[in-house]
Amino acid sequence: MSSENIESIVNRRYEHGFITDIESHGLPPGLDESVVRAISTLKKEPQFMLEWRLQAYRQWREMTEPTWAHVHYPPIDFEGISYYSAPKSDADKPQSLDEVDPKLLETYDKLGIPLHERARLAGVAVDAVFDSVSVATTFKAKLSEAGVIFCSFSEAVREHPELVQKYLGSVVPRRDNFYAALNAAVFSDGSFVYIPKGVRCPMELSTYFRINAANTGQFERTLIIADEGSHVSYLEGCTAPMRDENQLHAAVVELVALEGAEIKYSTVQNWYPGDENGVGGIYNFVTKRGDCRGDNSKISWTQVETGSAITWKYPSCLLRGNNSVGEFYSVAVANNMQQADTGTKMIHIGANTSSTIVSKGISAGHAQNAYRGLVKVMPQAHGARNHTQCDSLLIGKNCGAHTFPYMEIKNPSAKIEHEATTSKISADQLFYCRQRGISEEDAVNMIVNGFCKEVFKELPMEFAVEAQALLNVSLEGAVG
Amino acid sequence: MLEIKNLKVRIGDTEILRGLSLSVKAGEVHAIMGPNGSGKSTLAQVVAGHEDYVVTAGDVTYMGNNLLELDPEIRAREGIFLGFQYPVEIAGVNNAYLLKAAVNAKRLHQGLGEIDAFEFLKVAREKMATLGMDPKFLNRGVNEGFSGGEKKRNEVLQMAMLEPRLAILDETDSGLDIDALKAVAQGVNALRSPERAIVLVTHYQRLLDYIEPDHVHVLSEGRIVRSGDKSLAHELEEKGYDWLREVANA
Repeated sequence: MSSENIESIVNRRYEHGFITDIESHGLPPGLDESVVRAISTLKKEPQFMLEWRLQAYRQWREMTEPTWAHVHYPPIDFEGISYYSAPKSDADKPQSLDEVDPKLLETYDKLGIPLHERARLAGVAVDAVFDSVSVATTFKAKLSEAGVIFCSFSEAVREHPELVQKYLGSVVPRRDNFYAALNAAVFSDGSFVYIPKGVRCPMELSTYFRINAANTGQFERTLIIADEGSHVSYLEGCTAPMRDENQLHAAVVELVALEGAEIKYSTVQNWYPGDENGVGGIYNFVTKRGDCRGDNSKISWTQVETGSAITWKYPSCLLRGNNSVGEFYSVAVANNMQQADTGTKMIHIGANTSSTIVSKGISAGHAQNAYRGLVKVMPQAHGARNHTQCDSLLIGKNCGAHTFPYMEIKNPSAKIEHEATTSKISADQLFYCRQRGISEEDAVNMIVNGFCKEVFKELPMEFAVEAQALLNVSLEGAVG
Repeated sequence: MLEIKNLKVRIGDTEILRGLSLSVKAGEVHAIMGPNGSGKSTLAQVVAGHEDYVVTAGDVTYMGNNLLELDPEIRAREGIFLGFQYPVEIAGVNNAYLLKAAVNAKRLHQGLGEIDAFEFLKVAREKMATLGMDPKFLNRGVNEGFSGGEKKRNEVLQMAMLEPRLAILDETDSGLDIDALKAVAQGVNALRSPERAIVLVTHYQRLLDYIEPDHVHVLSEGRIVRSGDKSLAHELEEKGYDWLREVANA
């Protein structure tokens, strides 16, 4: 039997009629072209999208997993993963907060998450939760008045195929890296944003308000386009701990800023980090890149990373437009057995481009925290400027901080500054604070928050307060 | 207020305090003098609750309670203040923030509400003025980049804000020029009151020219070998510590 025949037989399994079955049960583990086709069919995608996915899949097949990051984990069995999991039915979900893990509720309490949100976050069945539709409707009306498109990726593929086709993969090409290619082949859903020319988005866009946000799954894809002279601030994630049965997460985020446009992208990532021994935590392999495509455009990444067993993430900026600006502000916390290899890439292509990198890494327990950053100045990028500030804070004796700064400067007019510090929360500092009546836990929080304040001040106000609380919870028991 | 009986303390394998007894009453100022390595700082650290020091024998009672059972932060909230010999730097933490957190920790312990932010700033600025400190120090990192003298003034500022019942000042005079010494002494003298006790740990007599003690004790090899009034300090200054070592060994 030729391979084509096998393929067609396999494909038949997912033909129409079987789809509802998959919708309620998900796909069995394993990845081949039929799986890619099935996902596309399930999402009722146009032909171009299917082709795009299939090409990505074929490219992914040729690629190998990257091993250069300073992280260690057992090999991932890509054939053991289901690439489409069915949304949980309400019957399977907890029916009320009484059925939710009390430890989780305790954390919500510490984070100060309002009562009515806890049920939603804990995944309590929808009809038991407050009605969010009215909030979302008001929100949508306001946005459409401004001409802003903000919807799920699936919806965008169906409703705005011309925009998707034009920009999809234009910042992170399909074969950019192993995980980006995998994502391109099988991405489940995500967010799509388009801000029209000259529009200042009337509110901060948050995944929180996106309808159908539930179950975007492990392969999320986000595309944000800011047309000429527009402005948008986007918030991703939330401080509440996120659990997922899927261990591997490989998201892709693409940002496009046209002339004079500005995108501010803030992330709080709190995926389950695993227990004290690192068992069960999420592997988070993310490709995030912004393209300052037009002159005088600006892209700013702010991230607070506290979760995941493994974080592999380098939100980057391509500074193509003249006078374009890229910023990266990051707090990465690794406690217990967590491993983080995160940083940024600033690629200066246009003239008089400037970039700022402020990275704050905190390590506690047995965690390993690495900053990896590239500043690249292309030959034509006259007058490029970069300032990098890279600080590490160690709590306890068994953790590690590593810094891997790379610089490739091909234009002599570039001005590049790099500052790095490593400090430690010492027993003397803690005793000093305790002698002033401040508990050890409060002392650690005070020192950590002092260390991070440069980054926190870049976050939208409410987010900053939450992020601070989140850090305190993440480092609980880190000392002593 | 503070009763220490036959206190023995070791750090690692080294016994440092070897049966020290001391009684401090409210309203008194005590000076503890002695050569380097006699155990002066150890005494201060043990009363404050430093966990590296292991008490192997003896009792310490404070306000009638067993002090050794309390965590350092509880001791602090109960009114024990230690002015550190080497105040530690805490980069990134605002000096005013630490000070306010300390004041509030004590107030909450006493069942009072948190201090009003404006009230706090007003009082802090007043106290800084009397200590000759620039108000800018409030907005700097805790002891970050402070000179030796600035650190010691900062300790006295914290003490003034916290209004402790028992203040122990560990070599607060060391490394100070004469102006700083006077400012620090003035700050300490301003705190003298019938309800409060002050213990000055010092190597030199000169601090006692500015803060007059009621009692002077000489510590040698982990024990108080002689106690007296302030004239003892002068005697020490004349005869040196060797004289006492002979007394101790006799």
